[in-house]
Amino acid sequence: MSRYLLIESRDPFDSPDTSFIQNLSRELMQGGHEVTVFLVQNGVLPARPCVHSAALTSLAQAGVTILADDFSLRERGIAPDVLVQGVRAAALDVVIDAMAGGAKTIWH
Amino acid sequence: MSETKTLTFAVMDPPYETARSTTLLRLLDIAVRRGHNVNVFAYEGAVYLPFALQKPHPNPAHGRNAIEEGHLLPKDLIAAMMAAAENAGTKFDWVNCGMCVDERGADQAIAGVRRGSPADLLKMAQESDNTLVIGTR
Repeated sequence: MSRYLLIESRDPFDSPDTSFIQNLSRELMQGGHEVTVFLVQNGVLPARPCVHSAALTSLAQAGVTILADDFSLRERGIAPDVLVQGVRAAALDVVIDAMAGGAKTIWH
Repeated sequence: MSETKTLTFAVMDPPYETARSTTLLRLLDIAVRRGHNVNVFAYEGAVYLPFALQKPHPNPAHGRNAIEEGHLLPKDLIAAMMAAAENAGTKFDWVNCGMCVDERGADQAIAGVRRGSPADLLKMAQESDNTLVIGTR
């Protein structure tokens, strides 16, 4: 089993390809791997209740850990307590710790 | 402090244009503070991140002079991270893609920045514990 950290910097309102990370996450989970999705920059936008947030909740229910960069949330006026189910705020340190810990890290 | 690792980052976005540059600088800062060795391979517009001729400017629209504006310069942040790494006894190696530099006339980088090629990125990645490529869109 490998650990993966998938960094999503794109938002589904602007980018038609955010399903890439969602599909990859599911396939990795099905392959028995440990997967964390880290939302950053505009990638945090679907973490607030909106038409695209159900996909994140579904992913979390499938076992994927979903974190949203607290700085990116603050920049966009999104309070941690309004995040949709399955998503929680975290510091960017998560990325460095994952890299140092040997997780396969992919930026999108 | 956690065990020292060597982490490599590749980036191609210029300063002041995308959030990716800001995120890169935040990541580098965290890595240095955590005592890791850091390698950066900058290509395309990212070679302007450590450009030595960046200078602060006033903001006439808001009626602020250069000091009041407190303009943030990426080259200063990079220099500060290099100094922090040196003080901590860790490595901070920044390589600018030489052809990208020549194309843009960006050859006046701050001290500590090396000129190189994609072969340096390969070497960095091979010698690192982990590598993150921050691709553009």
